[in-house]
Amino acid sequence: MAQARAGLSRTRLFGARSGWSAAALLPLAFLALFFAWPVLAIVTLGLDEGGVLKALFSAETWELVAFTLGQAFASTVVAIIAGLPVAFVLARCRIRGLGLVRAAVMVPFVLPTVVVGLAFRTFWPDGGVLPIVLANAFFNVAVVARTVGGLWAHTDRRAEDAARALGASRPRAFLSVVLPALAPAIGSAAAVVFLFCATSFGVVLVLGGSRYRTLETEIYLRTVELFDLSGAAALSLLQFAAVLAVLVLGALARRRRETALSLRDREELARRPSGGEWYVVAGAGLVVVALLAPVVGLVTRSLSTRDGWSLAGYAALATRGDRGTLAVTGFDAALNSVRTAFDATVVALVVGVFSAVVLVGLRRSGGRIAEVLDTALMLPLGVSAVTVGFGYLVTMDALPGDFRTSPLLVPLAQALVVTPLIVRMVLPVLRAVDERLRQAAATLGASPLRVWREVDLPLVGRSLVAAAGFGYVVALGEFGATSFLARPDAPTLPVVIARLMSRPGELNSQMAYAACALLMVVTVGCVLLIERLRVPSSGEF
Amino acid sequence: MALELDSITVRYGQTVAVSDVSLSVADGEVVALLGPSGCGKSTLLRTIAGLEKPSSGSVRWDSADLAGVPVHRREFGLVFQDGQLFPHRSVAGNVAFGLRMQKVERESRDKRVLSLLELVGLEGYADRRVTQLSGGEQQRVALARALAPSPRLLLLDEPLSALDRALREQLAVDLARLLREAATTALVVTHDHDEAFTLADRVAIMSRGRIVQVGPPAEVWSSPVDVETAKFLGCNKFVPGSFVGLSVGRVGLRATALRVDPAGPLEGTVLERVHRRDHVRLLVEIDGEEYEAVGPMTEVGDRVRLEIDLDGVARIG
Repeated sequence: MAQARAGLSRTRLFGARSGWSAAALLPLAFLALFFAWPVLAIVTLGLDEGGVLKALFSAETWELVAFTLGQAFASTVVAIIAGLPVAFVLARCRIRGLGLVRAAVMVPFVLPTVVVGLAFRTFWPDGGVLPIVLANAFFNVAVVARTVGGLWAHTDRRAEDAARALGASRPRAFLSVVLPALAPAIGSAAAVVFLFCATSFGVVLVLGGSRYRTLETEIYLRTVELFDLSGAAALSLLQFAAVLAVLVLGALARRRRETALSLRDREELARRPSGGEWYVVAGAGLVVVALLAPVVGLVTRSLSTRDGWSLAGYAALATRGDRGTLAVTGFDAALNSVRTAFDATVVALVVGVFSAVVLVGLRRSGGRIAEVLDTALMLPLGVSAVTVGFGYLVTMDALPGDFRTSPLLVPLAQALVVTPLIVRMVLPVLRAVDERLRQAAATLGASPLRVWREVDLPLVGRSLVAAAGFGYVVALGEFGATSFLARPDAPTLPVVIARLMSRPGELNSQMAYAACALLMVVTVGCVLLIERLRVPSSGEF
Repeated sequence: MALELDSITVRYGQTVAVSDVSLSVADGEVVALLGPSGCGKSTLLRTIAGLEKPSSGSVRWDSADLAGVPVHRREFGLVFQDGQLFPHRSVAGNVAFGLRMQKVERESRDKRVLSLLELVGLEGYADRRVTQLSGGEQQRVALARALAPSPRLLLLDEPLSALDRALREQLAVDLARLLREAATTALVVTHDHDEAFTLADRVAIMSRGRIVQVGPPAEVWSSPVDVETAKFLGCNKFVPGSFVGLSVGRVGLRATALRVDPAGPLEGTVLERVHRRDHVRLLVEIDGEEYEAVGPMTEVGDRVRLEIDLDGVARIG
């Protein structure tokens, strides 16, 4: 009742929806210019060439689709099965080392895809379907654990207790009460994970070789190596259709989840596990160990050569690789990575926070445009980074200035990937701020801008910092679009790693593994810093 | 007149929340807006604060129309039902907020904060976190916060409804004293007539978006304007005035209108008996009609005589 009233008043207070709708145009314009236009340009380019229909109906295309969706489905299932016990531990258990578990789960999510691919290659040197599925799942356990755990932590335990009192066994109570309550979060997480897995690029490229190809790697192959633009366009269209379908399903699940979240109880629900719950805790422990194994494997690999332990790879970071494989030294690339990711994060923060504020305003006044913006902001996650990257090359010289060679190109492409992440992290926190708190500040004499500074900013401040941190590490590890856009004289670390791996020479691969370890150290450092902020784990990622 | 509302109407699409309301509040006066939930009283309060825009009519302060004055320039304090304290600020930080907006110097700000905390009975709470306070304490802080910048008008939206009963009654008395001491001009929205009568110099009864009656508490209590208002004010039985020996058309009876008394003029049979806090409430059948009454211990089925207490009788109209 009070909420409804507050909602209505907001509409009136700001002279209505039209104001927010106009504000929504800004992020939409950003998306149109730096996302829709390049993607459409590439697709039309392909369409103009003809042969799209032929590509669409070839058996090879549909084998690709089947393999892409199949591996994504399998990866999603594995990620959910592995993620649920971890979600339980994070949400419901009061045991030592929880912060460590949270960090351990988070690290894989922000590791560069190429690094993960390499890490799994240390266990499966020849690649294959199993490592692809496991690697994709490895990334996304964090998404499941955090999304589901976030809801689980706020789900009233008494419903479960009531079921037990009515005679349900513990597993029965879980299946009939807890699981349905968590279903929206699981659905939402599954949609996101599926999206990530279906468009995963680095992992499949490193582990699939030429045998196992997905739509994403095939688009890359056809665009870059075969110059088969019409084939690539056809595949892009297919991918786009699939992604849109998944996004719509995810949006539906999220809508249901938001109503569920409003019922949440702030009561402290965590307690020491008892009885059978210890099995679940043990399961979660196994998952954490499994998540850490590739990381440890990678570090070990970077230190060992045929002649025993050695720091040769790390020393080589100061060079341009074996016989001048690279145009710059490893450290130069690292420096460039750090700078580019910083620029990308700034852009993504501006666009993401602005979008989140607009989305809150729009959602309060109950507009359809909110859902359009929400879904549009997620799209870049699901469209081939390669398409975006190539699209940039085709379109950006139409912009004033020599944009195609601008050092801003790579940060902008990375920002596209990071923005949805920031929106998803900031949005729930902004939504949770009671409108009447803002009104109280206004009646005490605070102007609208002052209200934002005095109320909204302090309340979302920490999650804003956390979002920026995650955004930063994701940008640091971005590979698909960057590999396409980075100039040879200014590559980022992931690009350098991929290049080193593709060249012969033990020193090159040694150096690649060392670079991976370097990237991981930076990433883990960021994640641990963010964990220290103790941001409530209510984000949707 | 300090505050004047001139035929205010507030619409949400098709729904009319407030319909043609006119009301004035004098300098230093406390007026209660009393009505059942959903009658539009909170909407009216929020319109005065500037949080809602009236579809027609005007809000004036000292004859100046406030239509173009945004919320933060109206200098009207607002206290919500559930406090809405800033969770990231201490008690003192909350109370000081309005003073900071007014750019009051630190020294006089601190002094004012301390004197307000003393006023609401929370000395020594300055550095506490607001999340550690009980509901009653939070409401006191909310009140101090709203009073700190010395608002021209204090708006209270169900300020005590979220508290449990004992605390509510205590705080109502405190609040009444506080408003008098500070000579605050105030408008209180409430659905609880005890609260309204404790706090207010005048009571305005609202029903379905309209103000149906305005007057001093005693007058409104003893002469509600119509049957609906009388029902809202606790009357549960309506009889001709002659029934209680009055020469008016219709009267409403509250439970306290009939009291068990061996010397009383009426006689009936006890049908039900319920223990209340400080009395026993009975359902008595008199000549085939059921009436509520209060009385000492009796058994169901007893024949009792009843006395009429005019304090429990309300003249309609």
